[in-house]
Amino acid sequence: MIELAGLTKRYGEKVAVDHLTFRVRPGIVTGFLGPNGAGKSTTMRMILGLDHPTAGDVRIDGKHYDQLADPLTYIGALLDAKAVHGGRSAYNHLLCLAQSNGIPRSRVGEVLEAVGLTAVARKKAKGFSYGMGQRLGIAGALLGDPRILMFDEPVNGLDPEGIHWIRNLMKSLAAQGRTVFVSSHLMSEMALTADHLVVIGQGRLLADTSMADFIRQNARAYVRIRSPQRERLLDVLHEDGITVVEAGGDALEVDGGKAEQIGELAARHGIALHELSTQQASLEEAFMRLTAESVEYHAQAGPEPESAPRDWGAGWKGV
Amino acid sequence: MAAGQVIRSEWTKIRSVASTVWTLSVAVVVTIALGMLISALSRSQFDSMPVRDRLSFDPTFVSFAGMTLGQLAMIVFGVLVVSNEYSTGMILVSLAAVPRRAGFLFGKVAVATALALVVAMATSFAAFFLGQAVLGPYRAHLGDPGVLRAVVGGGLYMTLIAVFSMGVAAMLRSPMLSLGILMPFFFLISTILGNVDATRKIGRFLPDQAGSRIMQVVPRLGDERPYGPWGGLGIMVLWVLAALAGGYVLLKRRDAR
Repeated sequence: MIELAGLTKRYGEKVAVDHLTFRVRPGIVTGFLGPNGAGKSTTMRMILGLDHPTAGDVRIDGKHYDQLADPLTYIGALLDAKAVHGGRSAYNHLLCLAQSNGIPRSRVGEVLEAVGLTAVARKKAKGFSYGMGQRLGIAGALLGDPRILMFDEPVNGLDPEGIHWIRNLMKSLAAQGRTVFVSSHLMSEMALTADHLVVIGQGRLLADTSMADFIRQNARAYVRIRSPQRERLLDVLHEDGITVVEAGGDALEVDGGKAEQIGELAARHGIALHELSTQQASLEEAFMRLTAESVEYHAQAGPEPESAPRDWGAGWKGV
Repeated sequence: MAAGQVIRSEWTKIRSVASTVWTLSVAVVVTIALGMLISALSRSQFDSMPVRDRLSFDPTFVSFAGMTLGQLAMIVFGVLVVSNEYSTGMILVSLAAVPRRAGFLFGKVAVATALALVVAMATSFAAFFLGQAVLGPYRAHLGDPGVLRAVVGGGLYMTLIAVFSMGVAAMLRSPMLSLGILMPFFFLISTILGNVDATRKIGRFLPDQAGSRIMQVVPRLGDERPYGPWGGLGIMVLWVLAALAGGYVLLKRRDAR
């Protein structure tokens, strides 16, 4: 269990993390979602006692990080895949971490096996691809067989096979009853792995909800229709009291899951349909709406509106 | 957090990177080779020296002449041992594994200091014996008054230079910045300050000027330094402690990276 209470980090005038209060519970994967620069990494560094909070508190199983004896056996973290001395072999990198926490040497071989790096264990880390670095970082997190695991953007830079591997790893770790806390800026990624969702924007807590609730509240279903007899269809739908929205191209959209009703209506009037499909509004859109509000709120309240968070959405719109 | 665990971990770190081997090797080779070269030159020039210089000829100190360059390699060793953590980003992983800053820093410094001490002491004795062999008729013997102290002191001096560099690197974090300040300081600025009349009184309290007094067996004529060999080394130790304290305070107060 990780508990944050009013956790705040300021760099001069800039507030990176703003009174965050939430809990990360065992047995599930908790997704930590926010646009780039929202304060996710800063929060994770404060959890590990690497950065000092300006205010507030964070505890791991009720203790401050520096009160943990052999902390790697409580909480394992992957913060930065490049945080390795390139001249050191993967084996020695893990060995020095193991020794610092009284973890037996045999465990190094086990975690290297678990992440699939046994063959390159004696190779210097500077020759590793980003994905291999990511795996080495995860091996370091697993080293102490900890009850809590924390991953900062673990799928970044991985190939599809690696992404698939990480997703399954996180799910299996949670299924073993461990606490799994994973950050991402991709809603689609979280939708696949997370059971619970903590969303932040500009350092502030925007949502702390189960994934199922988030989907229920935010995933709007609608029916998408295309027809060569578009005008007739519009009239027919209108007569039946169905509200139609004209979408891009020649498509029409109707809110709710009324595909059967519309299909039968069209058949009865002899209207040909080229498309009749039930669609889910993407969770990405819901996430973007949620975080965009926080940006607007800050733009009005703060003296210096920041422009950076406005373009983060561009990168993943097409996902 | 058991201190033994940190020591073992830091030993694995230090022995598993190439920079440890090459910095220390360069320190050994340069100190000994340059010491022998200067000893050979001194022997061939001895008869043409002024009487004043011949009277204060210090064969022990002459054989340590290579330390002016060799200490630069010890500086690189001390700087890299600490600043590698920052330049590679490893510090995030290291401090997550050993969250208590004092345990982390002093464990690292203890291991690096022990290794530096072994290498420096061996270098000092080797430089002495080889230098004396080259000096031939003008040589000093280990049993002569003050000579053993000077040779042991030479090893301590080189070790302390490395530890001072570790403290400075802990404060500055960047290897380039640390080397950019320490190398010219010890190679040029300190020597200049110690030899210009206006600054001599301050210069002789600088770590290398004070510390190197212990390697001198025959005091220079007109030496007005207000400390003896051990007093000088004590001044150097104070500098080292100050650098380590500064490094610790900043490590404790600052964010990890």
